[in-house]
Amino acid sequence: MSSPKPILIRGGRVIDPSRGTDGVADVLLVGGRVEAVGLNIRPEEGEVETIDAAGRVVAPGLIDLHTHLREPGNEDVENIASGALAAAAGGFTAVCAMPNTDPVTDNQAAVGFVKARGEAARRARVYPIGAISLGQKGQQLAEFGEMVAAGAVAVSDDGKPVVSSHLMRTALEYARTFGIPVADHCEDPTLTAGAAMHEGIVSTRLGLKGYPSAGEEIMVARDIILAELTGGQVHLCHLSSRGSVELVRRAKEKGLRVTAEVCPHHFTLTHDAVEGYNTNAKMSPPLREAADRDALRQAIADGTIDTIATDHAPHHYDAKEREFDDAPNGIIGLETAFGLAITELVETGLMTLPELLLRMTTAPARIFNLPGGTLVTGAPADVVILDVGTEWVVDPREFHSKSRNTPFAGRRLKGRADLTIVGGEIVYRRS
Amino acid sequence: MTTATAALGKDLVGLEPLSAEQIRLILDTAEPFKEVSERSIKKVPALRGKTIVNLFFEASTRTRISFEFAEKRLSADTVNVAASGSSVSKGETLVDTARNLEAMRIDMVVMRHGSSGAARFLGERIASNVINAGDGKHEHPTQGLLDMLTLRDHFGRLEGLKVAICGDVLHSRVARSNIWGLTKLGAEVGVCGPMTLMPRDVRELGVTVLPRIEDAIQWADALNILRLQLERMQAGFLPSLREYNRVFGVSNDRLSKAPKDLLIMHPGPMNRGVEIDSDVADGPHSVILPQVTNGVAVRMAVLYLLAGGTPALAQSAGRAEDK
Repeated sequence: MSSPKPILIRGGRVIDPSRGTDGVADVLLVGGRVEAVGLNIRPEEGEVETIDAAGRVVAPGLIDLHTHLREPGNEDVENIASGALAAAAGGFTAVCAMPNTDPVTDNQAAVGFVKARGEAARRARVYPIGAISLGQKGQQLAEFGEMVAAGAVAVSDDGKPVVSSHLMRTALEYARTFGIPVADHCEDPTLTAGAAMHEGIVSTRLGLKGYPSAGEEIMVARDIILAELTGGQVHLCHLSSRGSVELVRRAKEKGLRVTAEVCPHHFTLTHDAVEGYNTNAKMSPPLREAADRDALRQAIADGTIDTIATDHAPHHYDAKEREFDDAPNGIIGLETAFGLAITELVETGLMTLPELLLRMTTAPARIFNLPGGTLVTGAPADVVILDVGTEWVVDPREFHSKSRNTPFAGRRLKGRADLTIVGGEIVYRRS
Repeated sequence: MTTATAALGKDLVGLEPLSAEQIRLILDTAEPFKEVSERSIKKVPALRGKTIVNLFFEASTRTRISFEFAEKRLSADTVNVAASGSSVSKGETLVDTARNLEAMRIDMVVMRHGSSGAARFLGERIASNVINAGDGKHEHPTQGLLDMLTLRDHFGRLEGLKVAICGDVLHSRVARSNIWGLTKLGAEVGVCGPMTLMPRDVRELGVTVLPRIEDAIQWADALNILRLQLERMQAGFLPSLREYNRVFGVSNDRLSKAPKDLLIMHPGPMNRGVEIDSDVADGPHSVILPQVTNGVAVRMAVLYLLAGGTPALAQSAGRAEDK
């Protein structure tokens, strides 16, 4: 692959959360790397693509630790190329792909396949996550070492909880050898069997089986206890309840190696969105109460929650066009995440734009030990140009994802990505 | 004709979306239809030429037969579809089943389904009127209406009445429809049962929680005793039927301690000796069979109103046949 043409991004508000800098500057990208950030950069002679970013924000590309790209197995609803394009359109320069594919990404060949498909797509970078257990069956450890050698950046059985505490313990211990985190979907299935939504007044009225917050919190508490026991690094996926936030806060006060993510739908919506049996408001963990949503927002603002992840979960139209009990869990999120974050967290005054970008760039890079999330000289030229002032209305027909399952259709948001650069190449430009 | 349709909307999916006036309209419309079933020729021409499909995805004897009688006594043409042996058992989706039925130019669908929200889902996707004959744990509006009609027959009013719903409230669509209907018409509703079978935050529905059956008997004017599904034992909600009867069963011995005679209701089918003792079910204060009779009248009223009939016409239809 020939080296891309140098790019000079001029006059934008450059925010680099890795260094805590925020000010108008130029950014020069050469040979797939950040060459320089500064005032009035004049590139050396030669062909340079100049982009005028005046009035816009220039930042490290967004990083999503939690996506489902459905390849292999369900390429009709998403594949790695379409998912990586949707990511780029959402301002993400890197996404981590969960291993609950069909077959499960639980060995070096499968990990290598995801990585190769991601590289071939030449959109956002795709980092594979390997399974914790063979077939995600919760019994025998998968080959972490070989998967890491093939490109896995973490392990997870996401989509399913790690029910066995013994397996979770050994996963945390074994992962230490390779320096990778164990990402857990926290759910006690004995409390959530058959559940369709949050257990509360709305589930009572609609006659749907409830998923109590305790069904998540019990496993959050267990994982924190096991992180302390093993010294392993646990990353808690898609936390949804105020009780979980409280547990993470206490774990961090103790100095444990615990990190946590929250999804845009959980900091935006409540169980009221299920009203009318809206299957696009069905996900696991479920949308909870206003007090939960408010606690999640506060925890993102104060840093108890490290990062925002999408849990992008494409499903076919027919799959969601069903009785509520039978509809699958999950919504897509790559193309609405940044707009929701700006609208719900920055516009509301809860946090500043640089603080938000920290949670969506530098912080996730550090958690999974990924390149990117910074504009220091020599870093990968993974950069996004953001328009944080323009209002737009979510229209699923315009999505680059193959799927349309979102509860945010018609919602007015502020802020979106205009141009996304990965490795010095422009991979998305809003037309 | 269109005013009554507008008054109820296109579908009857539950009592929660209805106003007090709409519920009263159904109950009042049921009055003249009670009399139709007492005649030697039990038929009025109100729905002549209308085609109704009874689409039952769950087994039902009482409700299906009650709807079928109501339809036939209104002169509608009816077709019964059961889930087993139909295309549903071959994997057809609910919406495809309904659209195929509708392609045969039907007017109404009466549906029972195991999933909460199924009736609303169907009503949003087809043009025919949809009547919910029970959807999962959500609502069973015609059962709620027939319970209310029976209470009104007996007490002459619903305002200020204290009705205790006893048993497995968590899994009961009958309980939810009763709670909505009764509270909208000014009755007080209590719910009584083991805490394992109480829905979360149920007080927010405006009901009083009565922890023990003795409390319900002291408090209420009427008991509506729910059927205990036998599978609740396996699911770990209760230790045994025997203990349930000992702790929550309605017996004459317990009723004798009530400050007044309580009206006894049950939506059926009963587990005699579990939630209700035989001498209570067959006793002088039981209205369990009048409930069944009222079921036909209430369903006639709902079918008639959704088809565009007016209460005044229902009265005259009844009288004209008398001559």
